[in-house]
Amino acid sequence: MMSMLEATGVSKSFGGLKAVLNVDLSVNKGEIFGLIGPNGAGKSTFFNMISGAIPIDSGTVIFDGIKISGMKPDRICRLGLGRSFQAAKNFAGMPVWQNVLMGALFGQKGQSYAQAMSAVDEVLDFVGLNDLRDKMVPDIPLAYQKRLEMARSLATRPKLLMLDEIMAGLNPSEVGEAMELITKTRDSGITIIMIEHVMKAIMNICDRIAVLHHGAKIAEGTPEEIAASKTVIEVYLGES
Amino acid sequence: MKWSGLKKEFQYIIVAIIVIFFAFVPLFGSTYAITLSSTIMMYIVMASCWNMFSGPAGYISLASGAFVGLGFYASGFLSTRFPLPVLMLAGGLASLVLAVIIGSITLRLRGVYFTIFTFCLVELVKAVMTWYEIMVVRKRGLNVRNFGPNAAFYAMLVMVVIALAVVVIVRKTRFGMALTGIGESEDAAAHIGINTTAYKVSGFAVTAFMMGTVGAVRATMLNHIDPTSAFNMMFSFLPVLMCVFGGMNTFLGPIIGAIVFAALQYNLITKIPQIYMIIFGAIMILSILFMPTGIVGVYERVRKAIENRKIQKVGGHL
Ligand SMILES: Nc1ncnc2c1ncn2[C@@H]1O[C@H](COP(=O)(O)OP(=O)(O)O)[C@@H](O)[C@H]1O
Ligand SMILES: [Mg+2]
Repeated sequence: MMSMLEATGVSKSFGGLKAVLNVDLSVNKGEIFGLIGPNGAGKSTFFNMISGAIPIDSGTVIFDGIKISGMKPDRICRLGLGRSFQAAKNFAGMPVWQNVLMGALFGQKGQSYAQAMSAVDEVLDFVGLNDLRDKMVPDIPLAYQKRLEMARSLATRPKLLMLDEIMAGLNPSEVGEAMELITKTRDSGITIIMIEHVMKAIMNICDRIAVLHHGAKIAEGTPEEIAASKTVIEVYLGES
Repeated sequence: MKWSGLKKEFQYIIVAIIVIFFAFVPLFGSTYAITLSSTIMMYIVMASCWNMFSGPAGYISLASGAFVGLGFYASGFLSTRFPLPVLMLAGGLASLVLAVIIGSITLRLRGVYFTIFTFCLVELVKAVMTWYEIMVVRKRGLNVRNFGPNAAFYAMLVMVVIALAVVVIVRKTRFGMALTGIGESEDAAAHIGINTTAYKVSGFAVTAFMMGTVGAVRATMLNHIDPTSAFNMMFSFLPVLMCVFGGMNTFLGPIIGAIVFAALQYNLITKIPQIYMIIFGAIMILSILFMPTGIVGVYERVRKAIENRKIQKVGGHL
């Protein structure tokens, strides 16, 4: 199978704290890949390194055949890697539709305003935010702010979408909706890596899962393998 | 950037009237009126251009004094040999180059660190120029050729028109949208493909260019310049004050602020030179506290309140 993302020996320290330690990760095209682990395991830090938000200490990242480690986030985005942040980062002074427009305008070179506007309609429909399109960001529920981030990323036309806990704070029926949306996104041809604590979602929609603990990858496999893994159970029981 | 409650077209008309009014000053006005108008127009350029970058991007620059000062010295070095437009271009380009260098280094500093650095930049350039005059040429300051009050006046007028055109173009294009995105969330902006460094440096550089040109014109209105008069912190503070007072991120705000404070300064600087800075500082603090969206914002709130009352009245009849 073709690989979409190939991370080799990726590490990051903050002062003395080794947040991510020599992590190898390979994500195939068309997969939904889950990244789990207790709080502070280094999941978001791993995302931040892949997307270029923070520099990598060591290791390399190949995205769709191109080495992206060392690139700035805007270039990585234009190569087709989109992401959301654990604490949603939106343009608070703009209405919902304009947030998405920003993604459509800047995500790919040479987008005309008209093209971008039609992408806005399409994406808002796709994620189900059309009813809120004229609302300002602070006026929409927190859970939807994360979905807006996802919409903004989708508008950049990514090949790979990295989602950081977009189900946090959702009620069970909203979790169901989000699972459907993620599956639908994958079916439209976008590879997905998701960090998530909602086990039901992870176990149901992911093709493969990796587990981080204290910055290191301690397990990887299908949902069934992960659910049966002694190491993983110990880590989770040990934490709670 | 917001257009405030006034219709866009209406704002253009107001500004056009202001510009046309200024255009006729030399025909009817005294020398005093011409000089005052030139000063006001200089500050319209400075405040509007400062607002164009620092407003949406949220990077509060105090470097204006350095750019105006370079404009001063461009005129100081070149005025005996070249016509005014060349001096302006030279001042603008010198400032643009400085802004690109400084911007590339410091615009990765976020928030207050950028502000502090730009503040220090003015003193730094001033110190370098002072050193140059004392140690190298051994002569304090330079004489600048005066092209006559009308030449300076019309040069400022042209710069006002150019500056406002640039401001409108920037806010209407994706350049302005990128700067706004950077101001609202730099991380989000970078992660949707906005080359934040490139936009910040270019925005800062365009602003610097405009300030350099009016600095060059300003110097020809004085007979003699030196590092103290050129690299003057007042040039850094006044555009900020004007924008805060008039309304940041609005089109009319900086223009209103520039007219009010340039006129005030022009009158107070001779009468109460020691305390007018204190008055300006107090106005700045009061503006931030009581009208965070400036005069334009106050107008908007009043208009909304009146509208709401009207709606209530209509509702009462139903
Ligand atoms: N910018 C930072 N500076 C210092 N420490 C950080 C920074 N970001 C994350 N950390 C630390 O790195 C560790 C991993 O954090 P994070 O990647 O956010 O974990 P997770 O997303 O798995 O909950 C934590 O101990 C966290 O406190
Ligand atoms: Mg996290």
